[in-house]
Amino acid sequence: MLSSTADHLYWMARSMERAENTARMLDVTYRMSLLKRALIEPHHEWRAMLSISGLHEDFEARYDVPSADNVLHFMALDEKNPGSIYNSIFKARENARAVRGSITSEMWETLNSTWLEMRRIQGDGIAADGVSRFFDWVKERSHLSRGIAHGTMLRDNTFRFIRLGNFLERADNTARILDVKYHILLPSPKDVGGAADYYQWSSVLRSVSAFESYRRVYRDQITPKRVAELLILRPDMARSLITCVDEVNRLLHEIDGPRASELLNRCGLLRTRLHAETIDGIFDYGLHEYLSEFLEQIYELGNLINTAYFWSTDELRLPEMAGN
Amino acid sequence: MKTAYNEMYATDGSVRENYRNYADWLKATPEDVIVRKREAADIAFHRAGITFAVYGETNSQERLIPFDIVPRIIPAREWTRLEQGLRQRVSALNAFLHDIYHDQEILKAGRIPARQVLGNSQFRQEMAGVDVPENIYAHIAGVDLVRADHGSQLGEYYVLEDNLRTPSGVSYMLENRKMMMRLFPDLFSSQKISPVEHYPDLLLNNLRSVAPHGITNPNVVVLTPGQYNSAYFEHAFLAQQMGVELVDGNDLFVKNETVYMRTTEGPLRVDVIYRRIDDDFLDPLTFNKDSMLGVPGLFSAYRAGNVTLANAVGTGIADDKAIYVYVPEMIRFYCGEEPILSNVPTWELSKPDDLAYVLAHLPELVVKEVHGSGGYGMLVGPTASAAEIRLFRDKITAHPANYIAQPTLALSTCPTFVESGVAPRHIDLRPYVLSGKEITMVPGGLTRVALKDGSLVVNSSQGGGTKDTWVLEGDN
Repeated sequence: MLSSTADHLYWMARSMERAENTARMLDVTYRMSLLKRALIEPHHEWRAMLSISGLHEDFEARYDVPSADNVLHFMALDEKNPGSIYNSIFKARENARAVRGSITSEMWETLNSTWLEMRRIQGDGIAADGVSRFFDWVKERSHLSRGIAHGTMLRDNTFRFIRLGNFLERADNTARILDVKYHILLPSPKDVGGAADYYQWSSVLRSVSAFESYRRVYRDQITPKRVAELLILRPDMARSLITCVDEVNRLLHEIDGPRASELLNRCGLLRTRLHAETIDGIFDYGLHEYLSEFLEQIYELGNLINTAYFWSTDELRLPEMAGN
Repeated sequence: MKTAYNEMYATDGSVRENYRNYADWLKATPEDVIVRKREAADIAFHRAGITFAVYGETNSQERLIPFDIVPRIIPAREWTRLEQGLRQRVSALNAFLHDIYHDQEILKAGRIPARQVLGNSQFRQEMAGVDVPENIYAHIAGVDLVRADHGSQLGEYYVLEDNLRTPSGVSYMLENRKMMMRLFPDLFSSQKISPVEHYPDLLLNNLRSVAPHGITNPNVVVLTPGQYNSAYFEHAFLAQQMGVELVDGNDLFVKNETVYMRTTEGPLRVDVIYRRIDDDFLDPLTFNKDSMLGVPGLFSAYRAGNVTLANAVGTGIADDKAIYVYVPEMIRFYCGEEPILSNVPTWELSKPDDLAYVLAHLPELVVKEVHGSGGYGMLVGPTASAAEIRLFRDKITAHPANYIAQPTLALSTCPTFVESGVAPRHIDLRPYVLSGKEITMVPGGLTRVALKDGSLVVNSSQGGGTKDTWVLEGDN
């Protein structure tokens, strides 16, 4: 497959997945902000949300206070914020457009109409239809595009690069959502086990569609450690880190390629470590530290994917394969 | 202007033989069914994004080229003659291109003035002495034909233009047929209509047949200027239909005079490039050095015979309007035959007599700029204002050699759905001729229609639409 085609497919999927996960993260923050607690300083959740996304500097340069309205606008609709849902959907559509000959027409038509609808919503503002309804819409469109990929596409590398984009982005985002709650909203000792704590953790679970799964798996009260275990180590959870890394590893082995050996090694190592991990071990090490390192490794895998498949240094390597 | 030749109705109002079946069907079909089918066609074209992209417009909606559901129907014997004429003409044009980039026999024989060729900006000195596989230069030709009454000739076909660079529109030919078969399957079962759907197969075979010597399983790609080009849909469509990669300049690189494409499995050699980029933008090292679209070093690989470009570099000399008048002479010179298809009678304004006549008759004539295309640098005398005619008179007087003039032909008309109902509108026809080891073509082509009442301009960039083109099989 052309390197540029693979690149577009991968970013098409990553961008749509990112739109979904940004919606999930905004949703959980929105729910938390509704649980007013006297001891929490105003806008604390929203500031946390910005810092975990790495976008606080950009925000501060153009907005005054991190109020719900400001952050929602910045993260959902702002054309100048490269990480906004608006821009993620735009990028997904532009990447799809560049490879519309390689994807099924249903796939292209879905991303195209999502973008057209996004433009309408941006004009009207998300409050027009309700904040939660907007997040639900983003999630639905992302589900739809994944479902269409599944339901219509040939199981070749085209499909694999799309899946690769989905799972790498999802790994990154699950780790961030967990970190928002656990590090930034560090519970004060008196809150642990209290009602507010319950609502916060359950909103984290709901943000990754894991509330019902938690109940089924543990059949017990919600505790931080179990939530972390579910989202990091459960191989049967659709959005857990271990599931994402397993999928990425499997896809990379199927795609393979002459420049992929370092990438495969690094991914294999990450996977092996995750499988050997226990939740007690992670908590002893420090959950925030653990998640930070995980995010670095995901970032590094992304770079290796670039060099293995997209950024070509072919001109330099050619002599050894001349005469092909 | 006289009444135009009507494709469907004879002068006495009776339906022509080739339209009889269709006319019966049209009469028997309720109007609301037709209306619904037309809406269905619009929706289907929009959803599939079969559009004429005008990206970057403030309202970045992509536009549809209007599709008309009344087909243009050509009887079998008419097509047989057209096909023979097209084969003859394109063979001569390819022979001409080979000749002028090698021995220039036709110039030595004095059949075409040498300055018309060698002094023409479309003549590519870089191509002198370059050999190309099968001596084929114009692998894909889109020859524009019009039909008109001229003098005593009724409904005669004329060649208006030979498009030998990167002719477009074939995707609409294919999509229009698909749409007609979906909307009106009964029409296709009640008579024999020649299929066109195998065009991508013919194109792929043709491209493979001109691979560099010694390559048995050539890797063919389609080279596009990119997704913001107005014909991007067609580039992507043809690549997909042929099952080959669609690439832009960044996907290719040249090493050791060989072209490679960057793939996830490493570099892969490219043997044949169906390029939809103009000569000037192909290779910044040889042509326009500011081009971001091309591939540095591509021309060196081409000269070395390691890659085939379709069409070849330098074909623009053969479809230039200043050369057009000499095509019948080329046919006589290279084929030793009389031309089967006629040129439109043309005045060359570089000749004093022609110039004097044309300046005296501007309001009746069509004046065209040489080296121009797309209907922009053009005066249509009968519909032009006095000011436009004055402007052209000044331009012609200043540089007569830059212009040719032709009588205003009353292009044939075909019934077409317009706001007021069904009305005759002027049409042309662009068949596609594929040249490689042999010449192949599908029966038919793209029929373009000028939707404005009385307009003779069929270009999609100026409000033209398209129709499905049927070549009937057998005697009907």
